[in-house]
Amino acid sequence: MQAIGLHFVDWFIILFYFAFIIGLGFYLKRFTKSEEDFFLAGRKNSSWVAGLAFLSANLGALELLGMTGNTFKYGMSVAHFYWIGAIPAMLFLGIFMMPFYYSARIKSVPGYLKLRFDEKTRILNGFSFAIMTLLVSGINLYAMALVLHTFLGWNWDVSMLASAVTVAFYVTLSGLMSAIFTEIIQFFLIWFGLFLVSILGIVDVGSFGDIMKRVPEAFSHLWRNTGDPSANGMLVSWGGIVLGLGFVLSFGYWTTDFLVVQRAFSAKNLRSARMTPIIASFFKMAVPFIVIVAGLAALALSNDPRSGFSLMTDGGKLNYDSALPMLIARYFPRGLVGLGITALLAGFMAGQAGNISAFNTVWTYDIYQSIINKKASPKHLLRMGRAATIVAVVLSVGTAYWAKSMPTIMDYMQAIFSWVNAPLFATMLLGMFVKWITPNGAFWGLIAGMGSSFTMYLAVKFQWISVSFLTLSRTASDMASNFWRAWWAWLITFVVTIVISLFTKKKPQAELVGLVKGLTAGAALEPVPLFKRPAFYAVLSLIIFVLLNVIFW
Amino acid sequence: MTDNVQKMKPIWFFVGLILLVMGAVILATGVYDLVRHVESNKVLSHLHPAVWWGGMMTAFGLLFVLLNRRAEVD
Repeated sequence: MQAIGLHFVDWFIILFYFAFIIGLGFYLKRFTKSEEDFFLAGRKNSSWVAGLAFLSANLGALELLGMTGNTFKYGMSVAHFYWIGAIPAMLFLGIFMMPFYYSARIKSVPGYLKLRFDEKTRILNGFSFAIMTLLVSGINLYAMALVLHTFLGWNWDVSMLASAVTVAFYVTLSGLMSAIFTEIIQFFLIWFGLFLVSILGIVDVGSFGDIMKRVPEAFSHLWRNTGDPSANGMLVSWGGIVLGLGFVLSFGYWTTDFLVVQRAFSAKNLRSARMTPIIASFFKMAVPFIVIVAGLAALALSNDPRSGFSLMTDGGKLNYDSALPMLIARYFPRGLVGLGITALLAGFMAGQAGNISAFNTVWTYDIYQSIINKKASPKHLLRMGRAATIVAVVLSVGTAYWAKSMPTIMDYMQAIFSWVNAPLFATMLLGMFVKWITPNGAFWGLIAGMGSSFTMYLAVKFQWISVSFLTLSRTASDMASNFWRAWWAWLITFVVTIVISLFTKKKPQAELVGLVKGLTAGAALEPVPLFKRPAFYAVLSLIIFVLLNVIFW
Repeated sequence: MTDNVQKMKPIWFFVGLILLVMGAVILATGVYDLVRHVESNKVLSHLHPAVWWGGMMTAFGLLFVLLNRRAEVD
């Protein structure tokens, strides 16, 4: 595979970015004095800062490269990940769940589980989340090194270690605050670095309408071909999209994954915390204008032999992830190539920093302080957070080498999410909205959900059962299998939690005030005009979401 | 009593700074290539994207820096 060449100006831009974020880490260290500064960025962020960080923590380059490649492979239906697979869940978090999270003044999602249920549920989730973040962090690291190695010809080990050391450096200095700062910088770099690809792609083909005319019919609609799984690129029915992706995987990730929810915890007040995912939802809906448009433009160009455009190949197979870098190489002159690569690097590093900062919080509060040293002072916890950051980066390097040995990264990531997030969403939903759910019901429901999800994954992987057993259809892709497995894991957790709660001891209602709907007074928000209310923007976001689905039906 | 609490520049200042520097470098490179008629094998190179995109980044970055040059947060 031929590497994309770099000019001196491109190198300058890439190295300037590295120097800038390390310098920023040193600057922010001056303002990181307490454990709350380190773990929760001092709880003083505006809704815009927290909202952009909330979105950017999820917007890793793996997502950008992978989703552009997936659009080339599956077509327009990939936009489901950005619209039905995100927006309803983000709005639900802002409107319904955030009052419980924020008002409890907890420092992590496992911290909520301790207050609502008990210590063992908190520790179970603390450990599973810590392991998940290390695995995902390693994948980010691996994917970044893979891109640098594949497209730029850089040494695999050196590029991975350089990125790991940089992330360790600035997260150790200032914790969540520097993670949030770099995430926001990454957000702007991604838009300035990659949106131009879509613009030039449209100009190159002629118009957006011309792009849609040149891609297969099954690739150009969101919902029209989902009645029959074999008629759309993803081989998944509308039921799998709505239940698996739109409900379980989406709500599981956006409402319970501490990596993103932690950004909302850093907001300065409840209104800002509620606005955090709502503001993020507007920008989330816009991301397809980078990845989907670029992926469709790449597909349209590759269908036209006169364009001279083709994807890279690996051992005779098309490398779908090369779609975005190949478009960058096609259009971008020197200088802009450096910007495009920096945008991808920033995405990887912010994604990894997000995982590391979430890990150090859960480790310090939900594992170390909860089990090992219950009397640790705030200063000691701050030191522990910094040490945990370095250890997490070292462990991530190990998991990155492990990820390198795995056949497919996306399959691996979706599997991890369906083991941890899908069951947890059932636990959180019942915990926040049903007051008679018991600690033992939650704990054993979570164990049943996680165990069954893992068992289903192994059963399909080693062909103990047919995938159609899970997907309820004869044709099914890996993606369809992921969606349906998440749905079944959620359902098992939901049912087991309810059944066990019927027969086990409930927590006194006095201990649940502020944590459960029905035992919590309405959020005491200051009277604000309509256009400043979270619900107003949530409705606006919902209207745009519906319109986008209708337009691209 | 004097207020000796250190104030921090807002994130928007740093966003502006990095966009300003990167945009200026891209703009300068684009203008140099345009003036010197540097050969390019890139598709749509006649649109000179480095000039207008770099120019837009520079303007956006400059605006953010100017708006936030005196701003401070707790």
